[in-house]
Amino acid sequence: MSGTSLVTARERALAVLGGEPDDATLRRYLHGIAGVDAVGLEQRAAGLGTRSIKTTSKRRALDTIISLIDLTTLEGADTPGKVRSLVAKAVNPDPADATTPRVAAVCVYGDMVPFAVDALGAAHGDPDAGLISVAAVATAFPSGRASLDVKLADTAEAVAAGADEIDMVIDRGAFLAGRYGLVFDQIAAVKEACRRPDGSSASLKVILETGELATYDNVRRASWLAILAGGDFIKTSTGKVQPAATLPVTLLMLEVVRDWHLATGQRIGVKPAGGIRASKDAIKYLVTVAETVGEEWLQPHLFRFGASSLLNDVLLQRQKMSTGHYSGADYVTID
Amino acid sequence: MSFLEYAPAPESRAILSLREQYGLFIDGQFVDGRGTPFQTISPATEERLATVASANDADVDVAVAAARRAYDRIWSRMSGRDRGKYLFRIARLVQERARELAVAESLDNGKPIKESRDVDVPLVAAWFFYYAGWADKLDHAGLGANPRALGVAAQVIPWNFPLLMLAWKIAPALAAGNTVVLKPAETTPLSALIFAEILQQAELPPGVVNIITGAGDTGAALVSHDGVDKVAFTGSTAVGRAIAKQVAGTDKKVTLELGGKAANIVFDDAPIDQAIEGIVNGIFFNQGHVCCAGSRLLVQENVHDEVVERLKLRLATLRMGDPLDKNTDIGAINSREQLERIRELSDVGVAEGAERWSAPCEIPENGFWYAPTIFTNVQTSSRIAREEIFGPVLSVLTFRTPAEAIAKANNTPYGLSAGIWTDKGSRILAVADQLRAGVVWANTFNRFDPASPFGGYKESGYGREGGRHGLAAYLAPTAIGQSAEPHRVAPGTHVPIESADPAAASETHSDARSEPRPATTKKGGAK
Amino acid sequence: MSRLAVPKTYKLYIGGAFPRSESGRTYEVVSSSGAFLANAAKASRKDARDAIVAARAAVPAWAGATAYNRGQVLYRIAELLEGRRGQFIAEIEEAEGVSRAAASAQVDESVDRWVWYAGWSDKFAQVAGNANPVAGPYFNISVPEPTGVVAIVAPQDSSLLGLVSAVAPALVAGNAVVVVASERFPLSAISLAEVLATSDVPKGVVNVLTGAPAEIAPWLASHADVNALDLVGAADLDWISLEIEAADTLKRVLRPESGPDAAAPALGRISAFTETKTVWHTKSLR
Repeated sequence: MSGTSLVTARERALAVLGGEPDDATLRRYLHGIAGVDAVGLEQRAAGLGTRSIKTTSKRRALDTIISLIDLTTLEGADTPGKVRSLVAKAVNPDPADATTPRVAAVCVYGDMVPFAVDALGAAHGDPDAGLISVAAVATAFPSGRASLDVKLADTAEAVAAGADEIDMVIDRGAFLAGRYGLVFDQIAAVKEACRRPDGSSASLKVILETGELATYDNVRRASWLAILAGGDFIKTSTGKVQPAATLPVTLLMLEVVRDWHLATGQRIGVKPAGGIRASKDAIKYLVTVAETVGEEWLQPHLFRFGASSLLNDVLLQRQKMSTGHYSGADYVTID
Repeated sequence: MSFLEYAPAPESRAILSLREQYGLFIDGQFVDGRGTPFQTISPATEERLATVASANDADVDVAVAAARRAYDRIWSRMSGRDRGKYLFRIARLVQERARELAVAESLDNGKPIKESRDVDVPLVAAWFFYYAGWADKLDHAGLGANPRALGVAAQVIPWNFPLLMLAWKIAPALAAGNTVVLKPAETTPLSALIFAEILQQAELPPGVVNIITGAGDTGAALVSHDGVDKVAFTGSTAVGRAIAKQVAGTDKKVTLELGGKAANIVFDDAPIDQAIEGIVNGIFFNQGHVCCAGSRLLVQENVHDEVVERLKLRLATLRMGDPLDKNTDIGAINSREQLERIRELSDVGVAEGAERWSAPCEIPENGFWYAPTIFTNVQTSSRIAREEIFGPVLSVLTFRTPAEAIAKANNTPYGLSAGIWTDKGSRILAVADQLRAGVVWANTFNRFDPASPFGGYKESGYGREGGRHGLAAYLAPTAIGQSAEPHRVAPGTHVPIESADPAAASETHSDARSEPRPATTKKGGAK
Repeated sequence: MSRLAVPKTYKLYIGGAFPRSESGRTYEVVSSSGAFLANAAKASRKDARDAIVAARAAVPAWAGATAYNRGQVLYRIAELLEGRRGQFIAEIEEAEGVSRAAASAQVDESVDRWVWYAGWSDKFAQVAGNANPVAGPYFNISVPEPTGVVAIVAPQDSSLLGLVSAVAPALVAGNAVVVVASERFPLSAISLAEVLATSDVPKGVVNVLTGAPAEIAPWLASHADVNALDLVGAADLDWISLEIEAADTLKRVLRPESGPDAAAPALGRISAFTETKTVWHTKSLR
């Protein structure tokens, strides 16, 4: 996926903002967006969570979930062996059932990208083509506490090593201090660093770390900010901070994406990450996507789950639907 | 198949075993009625569900006599603590049989199972829990020490929340020490009859609650019966008015919870996505069969187009159909009669020049259905902006300033509820102050809780249900110098409770420090 | 040689002014011994209508005043009444034919009732309202608010005390009042209106009609812009018909009371003319 070019993103931001994306202009814009009533948002999310998905719909939902997973390992103890194991699982999630779809991507630290690319081999590529992308977290993940130069080098190195997608973190400290211009510039710079020599660009997922932003109003503003600065995806969390992805936060981000689409025609992706472990919960996210931005968004370039253990739960559910009886943990592979 | 269509997910009917026929529940037993039995149907399919007895005047006599006996001999002599225990029992039994009650409610009423399951029935249990705890604490209800029960309460309830309205009526009445004769609506008697079975399981003494089914004439006979001390009615303003006239000059205490035409006011700084949900919940919850429905959307003119556009997008995702399907958002209209009324008023709206837009729903072949509909370009003088439609029909009007919003919101003979959507705290409080409505929801809508008083201003009725204030509807203060327990009369020595001669008013009012004599129960907290 | 007295012309009290009845009618008010005392205005249905219009216009400001302010205004009435104690005692003695001691007691009790109700104005909401602990993330509070325009048929067997006892509690919460005075003893009602007119009570908050309650009350009972009807002094009227008329717009109705101390002081008299408003608001840190 080529992503949107920086120049276009910047021009669009200037047009939307009516001025340079400095702190004051961004503040005027972001604080002019309608507020969020937390109770109402959470109630709406809870209501969407009561949808009952059965039989054929459930089967489709389970396969859709798998195809939208960024199968993730982000540990200090990650090794090439661990990454190879993860890749094997991504390529062939259920060895006992060849109809099982592949996941969308594997998500690893930047230094693990070469091992992931190597392990994927011919399976590496666009999920739309049935292949698997490599996503790398970058920009001093998960805290983001590093100089811009370090963040850009982190990004560029991952892209050079073959990462198709970059999951960056925003500087939450700067955001909370009201330095929106700084956050904007960093996102824009990372976006630039996603460019490859051939002019194409890695897709940029902007992690807001909603657990640290604390309020829904902040999440909404950060979502707009990330989109204005050129992010292709907005992502809830690193998975290292609690709470990570929640349904209300994801709903809110989907609403921003919907509004951006209505305003500009551009489609931005959403990635809830961290804490989604059960199929039942993941289905609620699918329902929320479908009823907020439409089913069109249920494709790898517009929606992802950042997850690891979710995959196995989906596989267990899938086996249950195939066999008619409940499966067990030993009937799916670890990783 | 589109993902959004979902596969059918029907709640099982197996949990519910309906009888072929239901009698009247009088004095702890089901007995035959002497009126002509009627059938209750599922409004979603027009399928017959059961045959239900109809109470004639003689049956009403028997039911009132049973309630009087139970009052004189048992309930008025029972300690508050024990009355409370019965109510707690009932609350638990409702929880235990919650799913069954929810299925019955959705079948008989047509409302989506997700509402009967997640809203109606849990609130029913909560209502009994809440008032159970009051039964032995009435001295603290704000009416002074030793407030008195009124006696026999005649209660007539509507079809929109059949079991919930039953709970709103019965729970406070029993907690306060009254006995009850209740008439459910003709089109929705089933959950009340299952509730009667619950009363048997709770071993509530016979006669404390009597449930008689029938049409309007049964209700009229009940509220005008000489043997009742209290009338509680929820329903249309027209019937409420008739009841108020009927009881004029008697000593019956009356509470009325009637119609509404609530304004839901959306300011330009509202949390827009939640406001849209609130508008949807305000008017399309329970197919709009809600007396406090936010049926008049007052939207600030500068955001009118955006709000309407978002509303239409949202309405397009509503799923109408089988009330028992867990994914159904909009169920069936309760009756053919109500459907006709909705159609008629909607046609009036079109004739008056308003623009009608209906959500693109597939209308099932059988049953009574009306797609969620919004009218724009509605003027304050339009009938659809003034009359209660009691269906899934929203009238959209605009305003320019807060003062204009308040003026338009208050420009109605009703005054039950209102909504305010804005991010500005001071505006919420000031607007809430000036709205002439008994319930004001700010940045939310259609929330109910047993601890929270509910009831209207003006032609929306009088008295409050819920909370401490709700007890006042079923209690009278004991005047100074008066026996604290005036109703502990010997069995069979029933004292006439009404007199057209005001000078011969009951002893309650002869004391120099007595309370005034409200013809109409007012808010609680008196004294 | 005694001085030739200057008798007072008793008129109505509507919207802060003292007009004659638009009908031009008066009726003779006589003492208990039958001696002519004065001609009182005999209010017509149009006077009743004008009074309701004046009351309605007065509601927003009076209801919107702070409770502290309303309390001070009501207390001010007591102060002025106290200052004109002699006048009222004489008037009552003459009209009712009671002893000076009895007349004094009536005036003193009237003063004290203004004081008692004045003190309630910034307290009754605390007693009649409360926060409600609902099972959800909501701030929820119930408060009493004035119902609007209250029409009163004052107790008929006293000049001042019955009138004060009925009017004062209706004012506490911020209602405006149209009161039909005792038909037999209307003069003190108009004298009280003079007290009100010179106190801090805003015009239109209290409107006093004299005349035949049987003629006026039906117009009050049926008027769509009246929110509540206090029939405390209507025992001798066809009050059931009045209650039925009032039901057309579902007015709040208080039924007649009899006895020497009808409309005795009670918080219930204040809350009878209030509406409980319950306000919900979401609460969240997020």
